Amino acid sequence: MTKLVCIVCPKGCRLEVDEQNGCSVTGNSCPRGEVYGKSELQNPTRTITSTVRLTGAAHRRCPVKTAAPIPKHLISDAMRLLDDIEVSAPVKLGQTIVPDICGTGIAFVATRSFAAINY
Amino acid sequence: MNVSYELIVIGGGPAGMAAAYGAWRHGLRRILVIERDGELGGILNQCIHNGFGLHYFKEELTGPEFAERFINMLAEAQIDVLTGTTVLELAPGRKVHAVGSRSGYNIFAADSIVLAMGCRERTRGAINIPGTRPAGVLTAGAAQRLVNIEGYMVGKRVVILGSGDIGLIMARRLTLEGAKVLACVEVMPYSGGITRNIVQCLEDYNIPLYLSHTITDIRGNRRVEQVVVSKVDDGRQPIPGTEIVFDCDTVMLSVGLVPENELSRAAGINLDSRTNGPTVRDNMETSAPGIFACGNVLHVHDIVDFVTAEGERAGAAAAAFVTAQTPPGANLLRIVNGDGVTYTVPQTIDRDNMGDSVAVFFRPRRIFRDSHIVVEHAGGTLKAFKRPHMMPGEMERVNIARDVLAGAAGEITISCKELET
Ligand SMILES: Cc1cc2nc3c(=O)[nH]c(=O)nc-3n(C[C@H](O)[C@H](O)[C@H](O)COP(=O)(O)OP(=O)(O)OC[C@H]3O[C@@H](n4cnc5c(N)ncnc54)[C@H](O)[C@@H]3O)c2cc1C
Ligand code: SF4
Repeated sequence: MTKLVCIVCPKGCRLEVDEQNGCSVTGNSCPRGEVYGKSELQNPTRTITSTVRLTGAAHRRCPVKTAAPIPKHLISDAMRLLDDIEVSAPVKLGQTIVPDICGTGIAFVATRSFAAINY
Repeated sequence: MNVSYELIVIGGGPAGMAAAYGAWRHGLRRILVIERDGELGGILNQCIHNGFGLHYFKEELTGPEFAERFINMLAEAQIDVLTGTTVLELAPGRKVHAVGSRSGYNIFAADSIVLAMGCRERTRGAINIPGTRPAGVLTAGAAQRLVNIEGYMVGKRVVILGSGDIGLIMARRLTLEGAKVLACVEVMPYSGGITRNIVQCLEDYNIPLYLSHTITDIRGNRRVEQVVVSKVDDGRQPIPGTEIVFDCDTVMLSVGLVPENELSRAAGINLDSRTNGPTVRDNMETSAPGIFACGNVLHVHDIVDFVTAEGERAGAAAAAFVTAQTPPGANLLRIVNGDGVTYTVPQTIDRDNMGDSVAVFFRPRRIFRDSHIVVEHAGGTLKAFKRPHMMPGEMERVNIARDVLAGAAGEITISCKELET
């Protein structure tokens, strides 16, 4: 039996995962907790958020996220992919920034829109 | 732009946007949102991490994504927005004085007002750390803005004082950006942030959390060079001989937030000394008729979905005020804070005009396991809500149904009680 805190949403339900029993989950308040409890023991993943360089907009950084959770062990490789990226406005929310993170088929996408600014 | 509105919302964060949208959904059409910053969204713009909107949008969004949805909803509803404009004063007769470098100085008249100015961070001065005053000491929110919006790194070796959510989020953020976060130091025996953040911001990155510890010295001439961390006793006094020295260049403070109520105070609105926000009835109305409050200006929230719900309620109530002008009923119930309850919002319930139920929010004073939240009147229990786990870092909510309060008059008490085992 492994005790975990569900981190899928800020509610933080306290889960118990039973490895002897096909990783059955108790303590969750919603179905996402069950999915999380299982995958946390079998293949832990995280959604990663960061920023990339941005030009031609009111801000200098464009926030991005992985379009889906990626395996935890790929986090630092994924972060390195963003180092040399520069996008220029206009940017649309959901726009692909890096198409494929380390062969996962998961993309980094922009998490907000920026209008182009002419100085 | 009009000079007279049915509703003026002060502050364009999630609370203010939800209030404007809620009022629009309840029939108001002449609505203005005034925002000091250059864009709507408030604190969400710098909260680039995910974890927003699971309850409201049934999806897990980042802060900017959550904000953009509401910005689009406001635009579709054709709600007026004035950005880059600061409200300076709320004058009698619901007159709003505002100034902006592009909008100029304006005085707007409003039939109703929603206060949604959010909160500000406690700073170092507010908690008195000893030591020199070198560069490299900053609040977690300031660091968040610098890193996520301005694009500047704040340091290479960081010690965090306080375990509030912003500090935890920034511990992960700075680690991902290549800094070494050496420790998160919390004076209380429990974390100030929500559990989810302890797990995915500290434990995921092996950042140690020192509970019942505090920073007792900051050393350095021009830049921070070292901090000294000591264990504290039950009275939160440092215990000599427990010192740990960290070589670091940055100290990040995450020691709590305080509702931003200069405007409310100057307007003579009653404030609650426990929340530092206005006292409100169950419809979010402050002591000033027609002036409502929601979000972090009222009490500090951890979850944006609760902020949004509160904002919508304030907007709906403002719409009801503008259309019906119903005065408070004769049966106002004051909520007394019983054992284990630090404050409640709302502070009073208008029994005659309340809806089918009232959501009462509060923070437990300490960690409670296997407990009840008990609502009492005149020594008798009206209702008990079971809770397996409560902690001060996580806000609690109970929905009290109208019929539960039917026989109550004067005051009710809400407290936390551990079940006998
Ligand atoms: C670092 C951090 C992490 C968080 N993480 C999460 C999370 O993962 N999930 C979650 O659900 N919630 C999270 N929250 C909580 C939630 O996002 C906040 O509680 C919420 O954003 C507060 O909204 P608000 O509108 O009350 O305040 P704010 O967003 O602060 O908005 C207030 C606005 O009012 C404006 N204003 C102030 N004074 C004036 C004036 N005089 N005139 C004009 N405008 C003015 C300000 O410029 C600001 O834009 C987090 C909060 C923080 C700080
Ligand atoms: S089980 Fe569901 S409600 Fe509980 S923390 Fe996980 S996602 Fe949130």
